[in-house]
Amino acid sequence: MDRAAAASTPLIVIEHLHKHYDTDAGPQPVLRDVSLRIEAGEFVAVMGPSGSGKSTFMNILGCLDVASSGRYLLQGNDTARLSGDELARLRNRFIGFVFQGFNLLPRATLLDNVALPLLYAGLPAHSREERARELLARVGLERYAGYLPSRISGGQQQRVAIARALVNSPKLVLADEPTGNLDSATSHEIMRLIAGLNAEHGTTVVLVTHEADVARFGKRVIHFVDGMVDSDQIAGATPASRALEASP
Amino acid sequence: MIAGMLREAWSAMGANRLRTFLTMLGLVIGVGAVVLMMAIGQGAQTLVREAVATMGSNLFIVLSGGTTAGGARTGSGTAPTLTLADAEAIGELPSVAAVAPTQYGSAQLVYGAANWNTQVMGVTPSYLEVREWRLVAGQPFTEADVRAVARVALLGQTVVKQMFGDEDPVDKTVRIRNSPYLVLGVLAAKGQSFDGRDQDDTVLVPLTTAQRKLYGSSFPGTVRFMMVKALSEEAMPRAERAIDALLRARHRIPPDGEADFTIRNLSAVADVQAQTTRVMSILLGAVASVSLVVGGIGIMNIMLVSVTERTREIGIRMAIGARRRDVLLQFLLESLIVSVIGCLIGVILGVAAALLVSRVTQMTVVVTAVAIGLAFLVAAAVGVFFGFYPARKAADLKPIEALRYQ
Repeated sequence: MDRAAAASTPLIVIEHLHKHYDTDAGPQPVLRDVSLRIEAGEFVAVMGPSGSGKSTFMNILGCLDVASSGRYLLQGNDTARLSGDELARLRNRFIGFVFQGFNLLPRATLLDNVALPLLYAGLPAHSREERARELLARVGLERYAGYLPSRISGGQQQRVAIARALVNSPKLVLADEPTGNLDSATSHEIMRLIAGLNAEHGTTVVLVTHEADVARFGKRVIHFVDGMVDSDQIAGATPASRALEASP
Repeated sequence: MIAGMLREAWSAMGANRLRTFLTMLGLVIGVGAVVLMMAIGQGAQTLVREAVATMGSNLFIVLSGGTTAGGARTGSGTAPTLTLADAEAIGELPSVAAVAPTQYGSAQLVYGAANWNTQVMGVTPSYLEVREWRLVAGQPFTEADVRAVARVALLGQTVVKQMFGDEDPVDKTVRIRNSPYLVLGVLAAKGQSFDGRDQDDTVLVPLTTAQRKLYGSSFPGTVRFMMVKALSEEAMPRAERAIDALLRARHRIPPDGEADFTIRNLSAVADVQAQTTRVMSILLGAVASVSLVVGGIGIMNIMLVSVTERTREIGIRMAIGARRRDVLLQFLLESLIVSVIGCLIGVILGVAAALLVSRVTQMTVVVTAVAIGLAFLVAAAVGVFFGFYPARKAADLKPIEALRYQ
């Protein structure tokens, strides 16, 4: 991977990000002063115990949630300045989501599930179907195109979800515990698919997991503890070599 | 884009058929009720309109006055104040199309073994024009018959049925008060008048014949009433004033004196009747519309439940790029489809019910395109109006909260 070319414009720049939830007991901090950069083409695994803020971090990265303070620049765009519809457009064209619970629409066929982002992108019906079939073929599930999600296995559902995440050719794929509901053999299969995306197409991948052997697929591992970046290291390198932004 | 959304909405509704059906039911009943009630109301209006039309249009009745004997006053039409000369003078007024002086009474008719008591009216040939009454067989009598005091008669349909059955009465001879009359023709059926009288139960004879041979008036040359047809509806007030002035002049009554005649505007009576049925049908429609509103509330209720149930689905859609208006449109389309299909079924049921009612009760019902169009418009409006709040609720969800919803 040619890191030098992409380094001039980082895909993601996060500066002094804070996030707290308002509860009856007062504001509850979830993220505390997080700062980091992710270059285009990276494969980042985010780890940490439950409640460490890694899921909230992912939701903010995915423009599903907004920070309480701090800056989040996605390819140079300040996301705090974008309207709800502009964020929706960003999620549609720029980001692909893979969730732990697959999150397929239960009453839509696999083909319709994969084609749904294209509907919101405004593509005509025939090109939606053509593109969705192409993606289903890529994850090897073409022959189940007319099935409902409930008729296929969990691993297959996750592959459909990946096909849906990729259908608009996103620059960034966010995977939140994508193997959390799968057995280890299937987990490996899914992880090879995700790693292949990064290796073959240069798609930036940010992956949240608490399983060490899943995180091992990442080229860079960030640890969250208590809403702060605890460590940030290139896989196989010594700790702290990449933790430049974490402690200014 | 819309086509894709329509397909989505359709499959969402298909996923829960019973609920979709129950949602529609309120609107089905509402639309059905509106269509049925409007059909019944329209039917009543049509009946009145037809009854008014059979009476003849733009009509006045001029009645002779009453007598006062020893302080006791008799009713209109009892004093012999109107003459044939009055009638002729009225006929020459520019605002009057025709005048028909009339003498009436009842008499016993005999034909072979059959006999029948009916109203026998002495009239002039212009009576048929004034009443807009056609013949279905034979000829009318003429001015010559009136001058000749001829014993000729025209029979109404009820009389023909009672006396002749299937036999052709034309050129037969009937006996009226034991005198022979030649049947010249048969009148077309008119049915009931708007006050419920059978207009076909009548016999017409020349006015002079009625006066001199049937009813033997002690005041020759007088009539009890006459029907006057104005040139047009607009000419009616003018005609009424002209008749009043003319008769006062002829009878030498000063403008402020008590008239010895009465002018009645028959169209005004009919208008009141028509007004009454119109109000009734509006009332029926209004009551039925209440059920449309109830149906709309039913839609809103179910759509709200549906939005809550599908919060997670909405979250997924937002995560993969649905904008606010995409979600809004999706739920609006769903309620619109439910409304339009419900309305369609309601129209079919309403028309079927109207036909059933007309068959079972012999009531006249009229289903108009206007009623159906109106029901459709209202249903679509109900769908959008009551679908908007739930749809907005869905569209205003925050992506992350919708996605986390269990």
